[in-house]
Amino acid sequence: MSVASADVAEYATWLGDDSLILAQRLGELISRAPELEEDVALGNIALDLLGHARSLLQYAGTATAQNEDDLAYWRTEPDFRSAHLMEQPNGDFAHVIARQLVSAHYLYELYARLQASADLTLAAIAAKAVKEVNYHRDHAAQWTLRLALGTDESRRRMVAALSDVWPYVDELFRDEPFIDRLDGIAARPSTLRTAFDAAIEPVLAEADLAVPRGFTAAGGGRRGVHSEHLAFVLAEMQVLTRAHPGAKW
Amino acid sequence: MVTTTNPLENRPAALLEAIARPRPTDAASRRAWALAATVTDPELPVLTIEDLGVLRSASVVDGHVTVTLTPTYSGCPAMHAMQADVAAVLRAAGYASVVVRLVLSPAWSTDWMSAAGAAKLREYGIAPPAGHAAARPSGPAGPLRVSLSVKCPRCSSLNTSELTRFGSTSCKSLWQCRDCLEPFDYFKVL
Repeated sequence: MSVASADVAEYATWLGDDSLILAQRLGELISRAPELEEDVALGNIALDLLGHARSLLQYAGTATAQNEDDLAYWRTEPDFRSAHLMEQPNGDFAHVIARQLVSAHYLYELYARLQASADLTLAAIAAKAVKEVNYHRDHAAQWTLRLALGTDESRRRMVAALSDVWPYVDELFRDEPFIDRLDGIAARPSTLRTAFDAAIEPVLAEADLAVPRGFTAAGGGRRGVHSEHLAFVLAEMQVLTRAHPGAKW
Repeated sequence: MVTTTNPLENRPAALLEAIARPRPTDAASRRAWALAATVTDPELPVLTIEDLGVLRSASVVDGHVTVTLTPTYSGCPAMHAMQADVAAVLRAAGYASVVVRLVLSPAWSTDWMSAAGAAKLREYGIAPPAGHAAARPSGPAGPLRVSLSVKCPRCSSLNTSELTRFGSTSCKSLWQCRDCLEPFDYFKVL
C-alpha cells in the first residue's frame, strides 16, 4: 500500500472516524432494535461502515507507521475527527433512521465523488463503499416513508427526530483550510451539498416532511472539538484494549 | 494489507470480465490458482472463491506464491477465513513462501460470480443475483426502488416478496415465496 502524506492521512482520518463512530453507535442497537430484522439490518450496515473505517484508518496510519487498531483504540477525543452527527445518541428508532437518512445520503455523495480521486487508494475504497452505502440510503429512505406516513405516533416521532438531527447537517459540508491542499484528491465538502439536497429533498417531500429550519450546531469535530457524547462512545469501544494491552484472541 | 490498482468504473462489461479473471498463463502459476480455487466461502460452502469471483490472481515466482483476493463487502468477516484457508492449502501443497493479499480495486461485483456458481447457489437453496450490477443506476439517481423479480430457488415461482433487505450475511437478503410459502435467502446484486 502506498504511504499517505500528512494531509491525505488527516483527510482519511476524517472519513474513517465518521464511519467508525457511526458503526459503533449502530452496534449498540444489536438486540435492541424494534424487530429482529432491524437488528440484522442495522448490524449489517454497521459492519459495512466498520469495513470502510478499517480501510481508511489503515491508510491514514501509513503516514505515522500506526495500524488501524492503534488509531481506533489509543487515540483520545481531541484526536478524533468525526462529525458531531455520528456521535449523536441513538434515541428512539426514528432518531436512528433520521441519522441514517442524513449520513447515508452524505456518504453516498462523498464516495460517488471520491471514486474519481487522484489518490488511487482513496478512489478504490470509495468505489467499493459507494455501492454498499447505496443500500444504506435505500434502507433509511424506506423507513423514513414508513414512519412519516404511518400512524400519528410514528409521524410525530419522525418529525421530532428529523428536527433534532438536522442541526448537525451543516458540519458535514464545511471545509477546513487544509482541504485547499488536497485539490483533486479530497471531495471538497462544500461542493457535495447541492447533490445531497437534490437527493434527500425528494425523499422528504414524498414523506411529507419539511426540511427543518432552526439552529445550526456549532460542530468542530473536524478540529477535534466534540460534544460530551463522544467520550462515552470511546470509553465503551476502547475499554477492553486498554485494560488488556496487546491481548489477542 | 490493502493495495490498489486503477479504478475501472465505466469500462465495458466484457473488459471488466476479462480483468476480473486474469487466469495465469504459466504452468506453475496455474497450479497455484487451481489449488487456491479449491477453497470455499465459509458462509456459502457450496461456492469456491473462484465461483464467487473473489480469487483475482495467483502467481509463482522462484517458488514464492502470491495470491490476491478481493472482498465481497468491505466488512465481510469471512474474508480473513478465506485468506487463511488459501494460505493453508498452498502450504499443505508444499509451497513454503505464501503471501495472500487483499485488493479493493476494481471493486467486486456480483457480475463476477460464475454461471456454475449461480447454479450451485440455486441448488443449495439460495437465489442467485437477479440481473447485473452494470444495469443499475450509478451516480446520484435517488434510492433504488425497482428491481427484477427474484425466482424461488425451490419451486421457481416468480411470485416472491422481500421480507427484509438485510439477511443472514452482508451479501444476502431474506425473501419468501408466495406460492410454496418457503422463506429463502437471496444473494443481492452489488
